[in-house]
Amino acid sequence: MYGLGILKGLGVTLKHFINTYVDDLKWGVKRYTTDAGFAARQSTSTRGIFTVQYPEEKIAPPERFRYIPFLVVNDPDHPEAPGEIWCTSCGICAKVCPPQCIWIMRGTDPTTGRPIPQPQEFYIDVDICMNCGFCAEFCPFDAIKMDHDYEIASYDRTTAHIFDKARLSKPLSYWQTIAPTRAEEERLAREAKEAAKSARQKS
Amino acid sequence: MAEPTSQTTAAQIGDPLAYLNEKFPGAVEPDTRPGYQGIVVDRDKLVEVATAIRDDLGYDLLANLGYVDYLQDGFFEVSYHVSSTTRGGPPFNFKARTPRDVATLPSLTGVWPGADFQEREAWDLMGIHFTGHPDLRRILLWEGFAGHPLRKDWREPFYEEEQKPFKSRWPEGRVERAEMRVPYGMNVQYPPGFTLEGWTPEGEEALYAGLTTPLGAGPEMDQIKTDQLIVNLGPQHPSTHGVFRMVVTLDGETITRLKPVFGYLHRNHEQIGERNTYLQNMPYTDRLDYFCSMANNLAYAITVEKMLGQEVTERAEYLRVLMVELTRILNHMAAIGFLLNDLGAFFTPVLYALAERELILDLFEATAGSRMMCNYMRFGGVAYDLPPYIGGPAVKPGDRARQLDTMKFIRDLVYERLPRAYEEMHTYLTENEVLVTRLKGVGVLPPDRAVAYSTTGPVLRASGVPYDLRRADPYSVYNEFDFDVAVRYNGDAYDRYLLRMDEIEQSLRILQQLVPRLEETAGQNYWAGKRAYTFRVPPGEHYGHAENPKGELGFHIVSDGSANPYRYHIRSPSFINLTALEEMCIGHKVADIIVILGSIDIVLGEVDR
Repeated sequence: MYGLGILKGLGVTLKHFINTYVDDLKWGVKRYTTDAGFAARQSTSTRGIFTVQYPEEKIAPPERFRYIPFLVVNDPDHPEAPGEIWCTSCGICAKVCPPQCIWIMRGTDPTTGRPIPQPQEFYIDVDICMNCGFCAEFCPFDAIKMDHDYEIASYDRTTAHIFDKARLSKPLSYWQTIAPTRAEEERLAREAKEAAKSARQKS
Repeated sequence: MAEPTSQTTAAQIGDPLAYLNEKFPGAVEPDTRPGYQGIVVDRDKLVEVATAIRDDLGYDLLANLGYVDYLQDGFFEVSYHVSSTTRGGPPFNFKARTPRDVATLPSLTGVWPGADFQEREAWDLMGIHFTGHPDLRRILLWEGFAGHPLRKDWREPFYEEEQKPFKSRWPEGRVERAEMRVPYGMNVQYPPGFTLEGWTPEGEEALYAGLTTPLGAGPEMDQIKTDQLIVNLGPQHPSTHGVFRMVVTLDGETITRLKPVFGYLHRNHEQIGERNTYLQNMPYTDRLDYFCSMANNLAYAITVEKMLGQEVTERAEYLRVLMVELTRILNHMAAIGFLLNDLGAFFTPVLYALAERELILDLFEATAGSRMMCNYMRFGGVAYDLPPYIGGPAVKPGDRARQLDTMKFIRDLVYERLPRAYEEMHTYLTENEVLVTRLKGVGVLPPDRAVAYSTTGPVLRASGVPYDLRRADPYSVYNEFDFDVAVRYNGDAYDRYLLRMDEIEQSLRILQQLVPRLEETAGQNYWAGKRAYTFRVPPGEHYGHAENPKGELGFHIVSDGSANPYRYHIRSPSFINLTALEEMCIGHKVADIIVILGSIDIVLGEVDR
């Protein structure tokens, strides 16, 4: 019968329409107000539409999510060196960066004039950054990490889009909040490395 | 493909060089440079030798036309990679050289019409003139462009350095905004004596002139005398899937000629690639076909791994196949959805397709860190193993946390959700009378023409040529899986739609065999190589290819032994599939060319590069 295919297709759209309401009725208002409702809405078992009501609700990015990089510094309550930057100014991130958006000026000791393992300046042009994550992947000191803060729109690109050291620095506790398992893995790896190093020095 | 002539014997075909040497004494010689394969053909005999390679040796598909500027040696080399759609196997490579000051080679468009756009590209970017080419105009750059940017002695305005990493970044990195370094209005280099006011766009004239001559006999004219009308569709047009322009000559509403115009997204990806180190190119390949970044990653990774002699771990191979086959499903679903958009079924089918894509992208995001620009593969493996769960911790106000077990997520997708979506799509669309009427018999591409035009992927297979690189020249671990090469025989838009549905089904078959292997190999090493950010690649040349959702994606890489590729050429499937667009459209109505373009499934990031 001519038109049967269209009717079958309309049946599919009707099913989608009904499924959306079935899910809503099953969960009630919890589908939109609780994390469990959100997880069910955004999972493989959801049948109806699964719209996220941005910006009222946002998908928490997964730990590996990568946006503009940031520099790890000690927490403000660090016993010895609060706020000290982890970066040693080795330049690997600047060398591996595919679009070459990282500029680092190596620090020098004011008295001797010799280079010291700290960056004097550290800039990232976020207009150029392609969020590939190579800098974080290849940093040997866990000093640069990919951020999760994707809402960085600004009104003036000419002045606001070069992030300097102050803007890029974020405390270690922030990294532990956005990526708890990875931060813990890295801490263990650092401690193991430290232990191996001191064992070598003793022997 | 023509039958081999009576003089040829199987034994001779077994050794192509000996056979060609016998037939064309003195015209061919093996390429003996270390790391190089193939034969070098005398350019005066190029057309004859190419014809013999096509007809006697059976290499009927011109897969790739690579071109290299050997500045030190003073010649350009055009490297042809030809494949056999009947026998499969690795491509056969032959080359022709021309001194840099001559820069002329005979055109092979008469042997393989698929050389058309590729030769225009070589003319545009390298300045190699192909005598006998019917329409040798610039293809990616604009007509007033000064020079040929892929020549090794070409410098752009505000040239910084030949190779990355740039020395200005460390240890004395003084930041400078790109716009300050390359101010607007100064970032274009004009030919000597050029003024923008005095410029008449000759390219447009040449383009329109080429459209007034009918192709061959042309369709039968009506009794009513009508004028031919030239109409521009695009570049800003919602149905062209990006900034893409089709210039058509109309007789009434019937297409008599069509020329695609593109390059609006051109960024000279290949030259960027030659400045980058090998690793730095990986995120750039994401941006070619931005729907299928995982598949692009794989094609690039296998090419460089072959040059390095790098092994890949078993776990990494399974993760790669998982990602690439999911990519194929999401690409085909989206392609069908957007095809329906072009038909006027506005956004309901495409949103159903994008809903499934959303779940696949959730997996990509949790695994690789990004939804579309995955940058997931490395030489020797992949960047990360599967995460334990999908979702992240709530940090900002409004953040909604979720923790979905990854393996359960994959199992649900592969065994339930995607098969259901596939079935539903069939019920929804396949028998829909409007769809069938609009697609059946539209844009027919016969198998011999499909091969001649170098089309690959769904366009070729829907024309009845079962050529799929996963079977024809197997890579990764596709040999371990049981699946069929989908093929349809009518070559029209409806068959291209059905073929994409078939391929979704076959990809699901692969994935269903893959999930148990993923569970078996859990916890194994996923990266065999060293985590080095820069390394040298042995000198030589290699053409690596993979079956992307849109066709054969190839990388032709020449290494001079340094950390940056000397030549980095991309054989992009969307670009070359467009060669067949004109032939598919002739005789159809204006509304049909939108559908035909949709059924080819192009992505402009890859066409324009």
